[in-house]
Amino acid sequence: MNAIDFSPYRQQLKCNFSRIEDVFEECIFDALYHLSPQGVERYLEGASLVCKIGRGFEPVLIYLEEIPEMANRLGEEIISEVADAVWRMSRSPNGVAIPHFMQCLPEASRRLCCDEQMRHFIKLIFTMMEATTKSIHGFHSTIPSPGLPQLLQQIPHLLNQLSLEGLKNWIDYGIRNYNNHPERQRDYFSLQSADSKAMLQRERHGTLYVDNERKLDLYLRGLWQLQDHFIPYSLGFDELRKPQPYFDPVGIRLPDLYDDRNGVSGIDRYRALLAHVAAHKRWSSEIFVDNFSPFQRVAIETFEDSRVEYLAMRHFPGLRQLWLKLHPQPDENDCHPEQESCIRHRLAMLSYALLNPQHNYQNPDILSYVEKFHALMANSDSSLQEIANLAVSFIARTRRQQDQAPNVYFKDTEIDYRDDNRHLWIFIEESDDEDYPEQPEKRRVSDDKLEGLPPRHYPEWDYQSKSYKPDWVSLYESMHPSANSADIDTLLAKHAALAKRLKRILDLLKPQYFQRIRYQEEGSDLDLDIAIRSLIDYRCGSQPDPRINMSHIHNGRSIAVTLLLDLSASLKEVPDGCEQSILELSQEAVSLLAWTIDQLGDPFSIVGFHSDTRHNVRFYHLKGFSESWDDNVKGRIAAMDAGFSTRMGAAIRHAAHYLESQQSDKKLLLILTDGEPSDIDINDAQYLIQDTHRAIEEIGAKGIYSHCITLDKKADEYIADIFGPNGYTVVDHVEKLPEKLPLLFTSLTS
Amino acid sequence: MSNNQPDISQYTISQEPFYEPQGDEIALYGAAYAARLPVMVKGPTGCGKSRFIEYMAWTLKRPLITVACNEDMTASDLVGRYLLDANGTRWLDGPLTIAARIGAICYLDEIVEARQDTTVVIHPLTDHRRTLPLDKKGELVTAHPDFQLVISYNPGYQSLMKDLKQSTKQRFCGLDFDYPDIATEAAIVSKESGIDSDTAKQLVQIAHTARNLKGHGLDEGISTRLLVYAANLMQQGIEKRAACRMALVRPITDDHDIRDTLDHAIASVFA
Ligand SMILES: Nc1ncnc2c1ncn2[C@@H]1O[C@H](COP(=O)(O)OP(=O)(O)OP(=O)(O)O)[C@@H](O)[C@H]1O
Ligand SMILES: [Mg+2]
Repeated sequence: MNAIDFSPYRQQLKCNFSRIEDVFEECIFDALYHLSPQGVERYLEGASLVCKIGRGFEPVLIYLEEIPEMANRLGEEIISEVADAVWRMSRSPNGVAIPHFMQCLPEASRRLCCDEQMRHFIKLIFTMMEATTKSIHGFHSTIPSPGLPQLLQQIPHLLNQLSLEGLKNWIDYGIRNYNNHPERQRDYFSLQSADSKAMLQRERHGTLYVDNERKLDLYLRGLWQLQDHFIPYSLGFDELRKPQPYFDPVGIRLPDLYDDRNGVSGIDRYRALLAHVAAHKRWSSEIFVDNFSPFQRVAIETFEDSRVEYLAMRHFPGLRQLWLKLHPQPDENDCHPEQESCIRHRLAMLSYALLNPQHNYQNPDILSYVEKFHALMANSDSSLQEIANLAVSFIARTRRQQDQAPNVYFKDTEIDYRDDNRHLWIFIEESDDEDYPEQPEKRRVSDDKLEGLPPRHYPEWDYQSKSYKPDWVSLYESMHPSANSADIDTLLAKHAALAKRLKRILDLLKPQYFQRIRYQEEGSDLDLDIAIRSLIDYRCGSQPDPRINMSHIHNGRSIAVTLLLDLSASLKEVPDGCEQSILELSQEAVSLLAWTIDQLGDPFSIVGFHSDTRHNVRFYHLKGFSESWDDNVKGRIAAMDAGFSTRMGAAIRHAAHYLESQQSDKKLLLILTDGEPSDIDINDAQYLIQDTHRAIEEIGAKGIYSHCITLDKKADEYIADIFGPNGYTVVDHVEKLPEKLPLLFTSLTS
Repeated sequence: MSNNQPDISQYTISQEPFYEPQGDEIALYGAAYAARLPVMVKGPTGCGKSRFIEYMAWTLKRPLITVACNEDMTASDLVGRYLLDANGTRWLDGPLTIAARIGAICYLDEIVEARQDTTVVIHPLTDHRRTLPLDKKGELVTAHPDFQLVISYNPGYQSLMKDLKQSTKQRFCGLDFDYPDIATEAAIVSKESGIDSDTAKQLVQIAHTARNLKGHGLDEGISTRLLVYAANLMQQGIEKRAACRMALVRPITDDHDIRDTLDHAIASVFA
């Protein structure tokens, strides 16, 4: 990794702080992995801009260090947006706040999931800044916002408790009340004053999405056998239209917060929404939009919503109660068809009547269509096409002059646990506005050769031609570089409590490793069973066995273990809701595991790998079988770094090559990874999956057991294909990895 | 000593056990028995393995001797040993020996729990020899022509220390069991407990919710056995949701998020 020439990049960064040289390589390395070539360019431009503002080295440093990861999480737009924001701040009298601003960004980006929310957030900060920056009448000079630095320092704390909308309200209150009292403004925004705390309490309501992500994931999986991405949005920013939930191939958009309503808890409101979405996913198809008028479309949407809910309630009758509590109950006589457009009112009444058999509506059209609906659903699931016909006839039947009127009756017609139904419609004219940015093409660093051993060649399995490509992959192996071993001791110290618990488990396991050696003429204990048997033999008149003692040896276990670490670039990611990157968590987990296995005395090695096309799979030794858990090994773990891709097959074959020569009865290859096999020269995802599966079979035939621990929540789709139904464990909670890994090992081997 | 034959009647199954077939396992087992081949039944906990063997023993009119295996079991626990008594010593046949002598079906439940040096004693019985050497006694028992050995095995165990040796595995033919389809499982629950078939279906639906979560915080889903428990509680007059929480959720997990999800599933199913 050392031989890359970074100087062209350094030249693009126009900044002369001498301390930059200490960090530049690391940062640009990070950027090259996370960002597209354009992204890297923008990143360097942005850094130059931040440098130019003359606020010292710190803002530049934070920018350089944090942006690649943030951009990776939120999209590359954010690169210029941040630089731009810093620039604008520097043009205002609020330059002093820039370091604080930079400092709160990483935490904000973790809490705020997506780029849109991040943009709202930055806008919010600037609104506050502009409102509180004062110009003195008649002078040209202005005075900086008194509260801004305080606010920025509190951001991580605030975002942990508030939704973005809550934060906005809290800030608005502060501006409204203390705009002319610099002292009290400072108190408010530093959360010192009483009303500041009270406001925080008031805004801290409802059920936050971030705190319940796993529950929602389990809900979809358990009740609907679905898995999907969730993408939360905030209410209270779009003033024109209230955002509505929806789903598309990217994921399900849902509010970042739900308050309890009508006796339904926030979490159950999320479930009500997910149930509706899941019902669409199971039973809805698509239909051409062009054949229908706008009224027909809304009617089709309402009828289809009712149809899928009806089907869902067949499976989960409890949903009726839940949905009913959230469904508006339009009053039959509230809307006047002579004066206003009652289209929404009519459809909401119909929808309510379909959900609640005890509705009291008298309108003959509603009654007749409720009946038709039930007739349609009586013996089948019906279909979108059929329900569309019914909807179209409903519109024809109930048409009123005033339907076209501009004043549409709105009250009690909004059913907000339902999505906006965009998935139902296909447009003949393909619209060309791409909603989601293309996957940035990852930049690769080429041509850095590792000194040392000549490459080894391994074959790769091509599932399409059902044959091996001989000597297809070149694998370079080397010793992993080393860093400060004390870092690992610090990590272990942090987990002292866990280590204590593990120790207790290990002690419980231990007696099994004391093997009793029976039939000893001399030993440490009398073996009562045998002694009695000898006595019986003696009484029976046959030759008694004199070997009536037993002794113990500490050798029940004969198992050799290799831990194979995926060191690909994705390890640098910080998962949602975590403080640490997967890499750091892996370091902790690996250290604890190494410590555990060391306590048990099993032969153990640690190796790692990543790949950059088939020509360059690197394989690192972190701990050899013969090494003990000492400072050398710790030093290498401390230096663990992530980059490149995950070509797993060759690495598995090579790790097995070493493990095979161990003398133990059982051999175990543990594989720790955070995603599926992939490499930049491969487009067919199945190819590397199949090759890895093949590699697992090959080593299985050599008597090596393999077990994969994956941190990829989406692993269900492929992991069993590679490792077999019992050959893997999915760790849903990455932050639990340090605890999980050693426990998993002990349970695997006990 | 050994000619005082044990009382066979205690091992015979007098009443037809209820068993709901999942596929063609009855015919397959019948054929294996006709050829006196040892059988291994695999499947998750509580899916009806033991019940099936009982049923087959009844159908084939053979006595059934069941041994629950554990780590501390030694070969003599299976084969037999000498005991001391007032006037000397007395040999006592172990369950495996009894089964071989009387021509019973011997069912070793959860065989992986036993240590490997224990499991090897079944080897001579399970190949063409069909004999059991009693070393201590100096006797070579030739198995009764009707004798058959069956073992059960739960492949869900994620422990490589507890796997059978290949040489043991390869003495058996295998039958895979899993939880049956919804209708069948509901029929089982309702027959076992007397609960109405709608409720039984709803119970199965809850079990499926949990089975979908296997590997995401649950080691095993909810078994048929637990469904029968829940139905039995309902038959005692316990409110449905409470019965489910008690029999289906509390035993299988302490994970708060999972409990919450399963509780919600129960509330959605039993409206
Ligand atoms: N096919 C079936 N027919 C009748 N009852 C069944 C069937 N499958 C399951 N059961 C019910 O489930 C209960 C548990 O089944 P059984 O004891 O046979 O499980 P098992 O597979 O042996 O479980 P374990 O591996 O835990 O021993 C039985 O008591 C019975 O009530
Ligand atoms: Mg059983």
